[in-house]
Amino acid sequence: MASTVSSLSRSSGSVVRPLATRDATWVRYMLTAAALGFLALFLLLPLVAVFAEALRRGLGAYFEALKDPDGMHALKLTLITAALAVPANLVFGVAAAWCIAKFTFPGKSVLITLIDLPFAVSPVISGLIYVLIFGAQGWYGHYLNAEAPWFPALQAWLIEQDFKIIFAVPGIVLATVFVTFPFVARELIPLMQQQGNDEEYAAITLGANGWQTFWKVTLPNIKWGLFYGVILCNARAMGEFGAVSVVSGHIRGETNTLPLHVEILYNEYQFVGAFAAASVLALLALVTLVLKSLVEWAHARRHA
Amino acid sequence: MSIIARNITKTFGAYTALNDVSLDVPEGKLVALLGPSGSGKTTLLRIIAGLEFSNPGSGRIDFHGTDVTDIPAGKRGVGFVFQHYALFRHMTVAENIAFGLTVQPRRERQSTEKIQARVKELLKLIQLDDLGARYPAQLSGGQRQRVALARALAVQPKVLLLDEPFGALDARVRKELRRWLRHFQREIGITTVFVTHDQEEALELADQVVVMNNAKIEQVGTPQEVYDQPASPFVIEFLGNVNRFAALGHPLPGAGPDVIYVRPHDVDIQRHYEGEHGVRVRVQHVFSAGNYGRVALVRLDNGDTVDAELSRVRLTELGLAAGDEAFVVFRHIRLFPSGAFAERDVADGDSTPALVDAGKGI
Repeated sequence: MASTVSSLSRSSGSVVRPLATRDATWVRYMLTAAALGFLALFLLLPLVAVFAEALRRGLGAYFEALKDPDGMHALKLTLITAALAVPANLVFGVAAAWCIAKFTFPGKSVLITLIDLPFAVSPVISGLIYVLIFGAQGWYGHYLNAEAPWFPALQAWLIEQDFKIIFAVPGIVLATVFVTFPFVARELIPLMQQQGNDEEYAAITLGANGWQTFWKVTLPNIKWGLFYGVILCNARAMGEFGAVSVVSGHIRGETNTLPLHVEILYNEYQFVGAFAAASVLALLALVTLVLKSLVEWAHARRHA
Repeated sequence: MSIIARNITKTFGAYTALNDVSLDVPEGKLVALLGPSGSGKTTLLRIIAGLEFSNPGSGRIDFHGTDVTDIPAGKRGVGFVFQHYALFRHMTVAENIAFGLTVQPRRERQSTEKIQARVKELLKLIQLDDLGARYPAQLSGGQRQRVALARALAVQPKVLLLDEPFGALDARVRKELRRWLRHFQREIGITTVFVTHDQEEALELADQVVVMNNAKIEQVGTPQEVYDQPASPFVIEFLGNVNRFAALGHPLPGAGPDVIYVRPHDVDIQRHYEGEHGVRVRVQHVFSAGNYGRVALVRLDNGDTVDAELSRVRLTELGLAAGDEAFVVFRHIRLFPSGAFAERDVADGDSTPALVDAGKGI
């Protein structure tokens, strides 16, 4: 008996698992190396390059470039745009996801397709559409020049304020809202569909009204997905180039966002300035990623 | 609080879930809506709750003589327990139970202390005194179901509605919880309707069983009534196991193939038989594990299979083995001619001439 036990324990020390559940060592290292190499080449290297280029003339030149008033203005405009576009899409995304996941109604699939539209359309095209609608030669321009417009008071007010949409901040915000439209809704729809309606029904049978049901039952259940969607939405809002480029007009110190500012500086061979601005953008992205990881970590911990 | 549903019709697009259904639930009774999936039982329950509404212009729901057809779920005073519990996953057990009390309009809302006291009382009732601070994910299925029940009861509903309350539980917990619910319903005397597809559950638990099929009610009665006097072939087939044979010839006036039903426990197996109603069979398999002995047999005359259920003592007495030949005698058969209904006890010998023919045809 004693010998059996000892032989068992001995054999368990050097268990040879069947080959089917384990690849050869070189295969494992090859695959890992390929994945890491790809990541390093296409993600890490550019990131490092941005900071390396920005610091090429030393820290002094770097901070000097950051203090450039046009750059500061671009940063401010980028943050303002994100601060307007993200809440707008937050409200819209929650409302749309709520409709789509919790109710059936005619035209539901059309709504889902519309939400996906900004992903399908090239950002440059969406920018052009805004120029066509709101530009001086577009519908908005026609309205301002119309002899007998609808709501004459509105026309008078708009002319008096010299309210411009294209080549101005409103256009930039509109284009950003359009491009970042799907992020929150797309994140929430599958989550809400998977959770089903039973909890809401339960709340209703217990006497809760629609508002209470939303705030006390629906919203707490989707809050992590919502955070995640907002973070992605924000990342895209700050980084958007194509659509914003078309509608902004690139007026330095007025309608340049950070990504546009980077491009202008680069085209003018101001490499340190360009890369310094790019590094700020990269830093914003990194902060976003850290936030995202924190959200995921907190979420995983809660559900452990 | 009695419930009366009148002429309820509900369609979802082209699909008819309920077809002109009427139902009376007497005050204080425990009523089971029993039927296969797709029979409309859950839809009927949800319409009673106010979570679903019957087709415009059709039907009426009365609670204790008051028309509640157009009153929304939250104002009907119903407690609803969902099949998958539907507990609020981000709230503790105590918060879940208190929910119905905390969402009341400020004027009617009780003080925090009163709500806490009520929650404590309910936790005691469901025997989860110490688990108030847990989250639903940390409870077992049976515990979650009890929390769901306590949550529904917290607002002191006049009617309790349960949708497949034990469907997601394992067999042992289900049995335990079933007994607990029975006891508890008797104690507080609340009018209760529950939906189930498990005939054993309906027969064991309910005062009254409503058998549903195909958007219609097939039969309403006490468990004994629906089991012993099934109103249709569907009811006899749905409530428990049954042997089904085609009758030879047409013993009763009227066309159509007649069908004879025999419950397995009405099949008597004998090694030797001299009478005229015996049928020769061969033993296929003997199942001797379990509360009853079960024997699978094949008729030698037409090859139909016959299931028999008999006591373990009797099974031992007979000493059957696969391949043996024996006789079966049907103690009690039910005959469903097309459209008509007939029943007889072979052993009683009081059968009508027409049904003696039926006996020969077995």
